[in-house]
Amino acid sequence: MACIEARGLRKAFGATVALDGIDLRVEEGRILGIVGPNGAGKTTALNAILGLTSYQGELRVLGRDPWNERDRLMCDVSFIADVAVLPRWARVSQLLDYVSGVHPRFDRAKAESFLGRTSIHRTSKVQELSKGMVAQLHLAIVMAIDARLLVLDEPTLGLDILFRKQFYDSLLNDYFDRSRTILVATHQVEEVEHVLTDLMFIDRGKIVFQSSMDEVESRYVEVMVRPEQIAVARALKPMYERQGIGGSVLLFDGADRKQLAAMGDVRAPSISDLFIAVIGNHAQAQGATR
Amino acid sequence: MNIQLNAAPEAVESSAVAPSVSAAPLPFYWSLRRELWENRSIYLAPLAVAGVVLFGFFATLRHLPATMRAASALDPMRRHELIEQPFDMAAGLIMVTFLIVAVFYCLDALHGERRDRSILFWKSLPVSDLTVVLSKATIPFLILPLFTVAVTVVTQLIMAAFGSAVLIANGQGIATTWSELSFFRMSLLLLYHIFTVHVLLEAPMYAWMLMVSSWARRATFIWAFVPPFAICVLEKMLFNTSHFALMLLDRLTGGMEALSAPGTMPMDPTTETTVAKFLTSPSLWIGLAITAAFLFAAVRLRRYRGPI
Repeated sequence: MACIEARGLRKAFGATVALDGIDLRVEEGRILGIVGPNGAGKTTALNAILGLTSYQGELRVLGRDPWNERDRLMCDVSFIADVAVLPRWARVSQLLDYVSGVHPRFDRAKAESFLGRTSIHRTSKVQELSKGMVAQLHLAIVMAIDARLLVLDEPTLGLDILFRKQFYDSLLNDYFDRSRTILVATHQVEEVEHVLTDLMFIDRGKIVFQSSMDEVESRYVEVMVRPEQIAVARALKPMYERQGIGGSVLLFDGADRKQLAAMGDVRAPSISDLFIAVIGNHAQAQGATR
Repeated sequence: MNIQLNAAPEAVESSAVAPSVSAAPLPFYWSLRRELWENRSIYLAPLAVAGVVLFGFFATLRHLPATMRAASALDPMRRHELIEQPFDMAAGLIMVTFLIVAVFYCLDALHGERRDRSILFWKSLPVSDLTVVLSKATIPFLILPLFTVAVTVVTQLIMAAFGSAVLIANGQGIATTWSELSFFRMSLLLLYHIFTVHVLLEAPMYAWMLMVSSWARRATFIWAFVPPFAICVLEKMLFNTSHFALMLLDRLTGGMEALSAPGTMPMDPTTETTVAKFLTSPSLWIGLAITAAFLFAAVRLRRYRGPI
């Protein structure tokens, strides 16, 4: 069974279309990164999956209808919707008491051991903790829940680089196994790059790119073309061209690597470069049809 | 109270596999605990007022022997009033505190969690909107009134104990005080009064405020009070009648004369006839139906509402 299955998922806020008929299938055991510009519909898509917003179209998460069965779905799904949503008045110990009181799959001992690695005191109030510590606390709670799907929406926004690195490290080392599925929506693409198994770009409510990371690596290639070869390289129809230090960098989709190697240094593109290429082309195509 | 049967089959499975995982979730109980953690005014405000009342009482204790000597010269009715007065005043002040705390609590209950965005955390846990709304409604409907009665009774007992001590130290008898003050009856009347008038009759008001707090994006106070006021004004302007205003007033002040403040009751409301009359009055049941409708709306609204 697919973990998430959506067909024709649509959501409009008045005249603004946030999701424009998305078809999506996420298998169990994947780590899917959702990348898109501001207002692309990432958060709306995640909110629909979590039962936080109503929608048109079909959507099943772990076989359930999220909008009508949110409370039951949350036995198997955890999420961090945003940084700093933990109630500021609560003490750390109260949060642990509460979650172990309401969640059938919360392992308090596990949460305590994650917290033991941080400098967070049980008697502290959330409002006394730094932003990074609140994120650590939330992650400790979420990782102690034996969920089948974890959804993260900009979980590290505004945190310093040390915390961000730790966040994804502990997620991979202490939480992820092949039976769980993780969805991450973020702007900070570089950080999740090596964590993901699948990648998706959303723009203006539509999925504009969807691929496994293995496929991304085998299909896309970036070449730093030597100036004398530029005309030949352009003839091969690159997806995108940008100016790098010491020459043009051309991004190709499914070109012959040997042929490209003759023109310059060949390397795998970063997700952010791929993103700019895909979204840039998408924007152009949209402009052309208008 | 078994509000939510969310111990789904999965929960049983998981506890069989991993014994360290907590077994039986109690979402209603823990939601209630959460309210008491978050809103400490629920118990701090009545306690603070009780403290002030006791302080005031202690400050006037030195006049007590003289008052009692004067009281013994009065006719029984006046004497009873004079002796009971400070106790009624204590009960009244703590009751007013209860009403103020309940109003502010209800107006913030479903608004605060959206304002501080923590609704995104609460909604990430397997607790239904129904459980959350009912646990919040339990505060004005059960927790606050019970606590108010308890604080009042303890305060009155402390007052009586210290009053007696002062009288004995002055060589006066305390028989009159204790015979005029029948504590058991006074506490029972208070309990009856608070649950009939301030819970059952005023229930639609609290449910309305809970619904507004779940609906309004800001200024819950204004949204709660302006519409009823506007209806009163419009009714007066269009039809030159005041049915709505009178109905509200009737409800807020307790309606039936027989259910007014303890001590001034013409008859003992604990007798069966009054209880029966109260429980069979249609206005009570219409009010409770409206309460249920408002609470249901609050539950539905919470599902649609996110952080503000």
